[in-house]
Amino acid sequence: MATLVTEPTASRVPGIAFILKKALISALVALVLFSLMIGIRTEAGPSGQLIYWTRFGDLFAMVAAVFGGSIVVELLRQWWGPVGTIRIVPPRVQSGLAFARKLIAPVLLLFTFLVPVIFYDQRYILDLGILVLTYVMLGWGLNVVVGLAGLLDLGYVAFYAVGAYSYALLATNFGLSFWVCLPLAGILAAFWGVLLGFPVLRLRGDYLAIVTLAFGEIIRLVIINWQSLTGGPNGVTGIPRPTLFGIPLTPGEDGLAAKLGIEFSPTHRIVFLFYLILALALLTNWVTIRLRRLPIGRAWEALREDEVGCRALGINTTTTKLTAFATGAMFGGFAGAFFATRQGFISPESFTFQESALVLAIVVLGGMGSQLGVALAALAMIGGFELFRGLDQYRMLVFGVAMVLLMIWRPRGLIGHRAPTVFLRHSQAISSDLVKEGHG
Amino acid sequence: MSGSDILGVEGLSMRFGGIVAVNDLSFSAQRKKITALIGPNGAGKTTVFNCITGFYKPSNGTMRLTHDDGTDIQLERLNDFRISKLAKVARTFQNIRLFPGMTALENLMVAQHNALMRASGFTFLGLIGSPGYRAAEKHAIDLARLWLDRIGLLERADDAAGNLPYGDQRRLEIARAMCTEPALLCLDEPAAGLNARESAALSDLLLSIRADHGTSILLIEHDMSVVMEISDHVVVLDYGVKIADGSPQQIRDNPKVIAAYLGADEEEALKVMESGT
Repeated sequence: MATLVTEPTASRVPGIAFILKKALISALVALVLFSLMIGIRTEAGPSGQLIYWTRFGDLFAMVAAVFGGSIVVELLRQWWGPVGTIRIVPPRVQSGLAFARKLIAPVLLLFTFLVPVIFYDQRYILDLGILVLTYVMLGWGLNVVVGLAGLLDLGYVAFYAVGAYSYALLATNFGLSFWVCLPLAGILAAFWGVLLGFPVLRLRGDYLAIVTLAFGEIIRLVIINWQSLTGGPNGVTGIPRPTLFGIPLTPGEDGLAAKLGIEFSPTHRIVFLFYLILALALLTNWVTIRLRRLPIGRAWEALREDEVGCRALGINTTTTKLTAFATGAMFGGFAGAFFATRQGFISPESFTFQESALVLAIVVLGGMGSQLGVALAALAMIGGFELFRGLDQYRMLVFGVAMVLLMIWRPRGLIGHRAPTVFLRHSQAISSDLVKEGHG
Repeated sequence: MSGSDILGVEGLSMRFGGIVAVNDLSFSAQRKKITALIGPNGAGKTTVFNCITGFYKPSNGTMRLTHDDGTDIQLERLNDFRISKLAKVARTFQNIRLFPGMTALENLMVAQHNALMRASGFTFLGLIGSPGYRAAEKHAIDLARLWLDRIGLLERADDAAGNLPYGDQRRLEIARAMCTEPALLCLDEPAAGLNARESAALSDLLLSIRADHGTSILLIEHDMSVVMEISDHVVVLDYGVKIADGSPQQIRDNPKVIAAYLGADEEEALKVMESGT
C-alpha cells in the first residue's frame, strides 16, 4: 500500500507517456470486466428461452470514463500527493490543523453528551446515536485485539453473541437484573475469549484469521441448533428492559417518571439507553487507555511489533495474547448485554459474519490502535450509511467509492500515527510507516 | 567444572534433520568475564546462541547456568521466555529486533515487563493507580533513563526506535537487554555494520558493562579488533565443532584457527603465518 502512494512522488515528473500507459491499462481492465457485465444484457424470455442483446454504446462510455478518470486521478495525485500537501499547506495552517485535531475529541464528547438534549424529540436520531455508540464500543473492544496486540480476529461477533445470550438467558430464566448480568456477560465472554485463544495461539496471520472466522460461525451455529436452551432460530423474546438501579422506566406507579413526579414519556427510556451505552463505551475507552500505559498494554504493542523480541525479553507471549483476547471479548460481552436489553429480543440473525466484518472495518478504517480514529470511523460507517439513505440503490456504490478513496489517501486509517505511552520530555506522534500491523 | 563459571555447556548437539549444526560442543563461560564465540560463516555460532537462549531445543547435551548465589539452572529444560525471566539470560539479535514503532524509552520499559507486572499486581493494582505501582514505574523510567544516558541516546529517548541510525539501534538493543538485569548477556554480532569509531564505542560500552554491573558476556563477533580487544576468553567453532579454546593471544597464534578462517589446511596456514611475521 505504501509503495502505491510513494511511487509517483519518487519519480517527480512521470511524464505523459507514463500517465497514458496507466490509463490504457486501466481501460483494458475495465473493458475485460464490463464486456460481460454491461456489454451484454441477458433476460429470460416469455417461454423461458434466453434473450440477449448487446449494449456496446454503454460499454464504450464506461471504458472511456475509466480512461479519462485514470488520467484525472493520476494528475490529481501528482498535485495533491502526500509529499505535495506538506509543501503546499503553509505552516500556520498546519499548526492550526494540529490545534483543531487536539480539540476534536473533547468537542465530539461534549456533543455526544448533548445529543439527547438537542434531539430530544427526534427518536430517529436518538436511535441512530445508540447504534453508533454500540459500534464505537465494539470497535474499541476489538481495537485491543487487532489494533494493540495485532491479532487479526474475524470472529469478534461471537463474543457479542455470548454477551447478548448470557444476559437474555440469565434474565429470562433466573430473573437476574441487568446490573447483575452485565458483569456476568462480560466474564462469560472473556471466558470464551480465552477458550478461543488457547487453540489459536500457535497460529499467525491468515491462519489465525480463518480460525477466528470459524469460531464466530461455530458460536452462531450452536445458538441456532441448541433449541432447548437458546430457542434456536426463534431467538429469545421478552428480555427485560434495563432499570435505573432497580427503578423501572415504565408508566406505572413505581416507575421513574411517577417517582420524579414528571409526566411519563417513552423517550425517557431511549435517553436512558443512550447514556447507558455512552457510559459503557467511555468505560471501555478509559480502561483501554489505562491498559496501554500499563506493562500489559506495552507488552501487547511489543507483541504486535516483534514477537521474537518479546520472548527474548522474558515476556510470556501465551498469557499476553490470551489477556488481549479476553479483554477484547469482555468489552464485546458488555456490548452484547446492552444490545439484548435494548432490543428486548435477540436471534442468531443479529450475529452473522457481516457484523464481525463491519466492526473490523471500523477498526481498520479508524487507524489501528487509535481510539479517536475508531470513534470517527464508527460515526462515518454507521452514521454515513444512514446519511446516504436517500441515494437508494447507489448507496453501496457511494460508500464503496468513499472507502476506496480513503484507502488510497490514508492507507493506515483516519488516524494512522501512534502516540507513545510514556515520554521523558515531550510526546511526539510516531509515523505510521514505522508502526507494524502485527502478524497475528 | 570450577565454581567461577557462569555457564557450562556439555556435549551440546543440534541436528536439523540430517544436518548437524553443532556437534558435541563443550565450553564454559567465566563469571564476570567476556567470552567470545568466533568461527567462519556457517560454523554454528548462532545455533549455539539459540540453544542457550531457548529458541531451539538442543538434540543432546546440557547447559548449566550458575547464578552468583550458587543456584544451578539447567537451561535445556526451560523454554524461551522463562530463560530470560528465571535464568536471567538476555540476548540481542544478529538482525536487530527492536520494536520499531515504539520509542527508545518504551523499548526499555517493555524490557522491564516482568518486574512491572508484579508491581502492577498483574494489572489490577495498576488499573486503579496504586501508589506502589507508580513508584515502580518511576523506578523503571529512572533505570531506562540511566541506560539511555550510558548509550548516549538520552536526547532521542522520545524518538521511535525505527527512526534511529543503525549504530544507535545496535546500542539500544544492548541497553534493552541490560534493562532485564541479566546475569548473562548474549550478544549476536553486536559490531556488525558499525564503523571503526562506533566499534570502539561499543567495546568501551561492553567493558563498562562488565566492570560496573558484573554481568558476564557471551558474544559472537566477526570483527576481530573488537574480539581481541575486549574478550577474556575465546572459543572457536568450525563446522559445529570446537577447534580451539583459549585467551585471545593463544587463539591468534593457533594455526588451526587460521586454517579454518582461510579455508586451507594447517600446514599452509603455518606457512602463511611464518611468511607474515
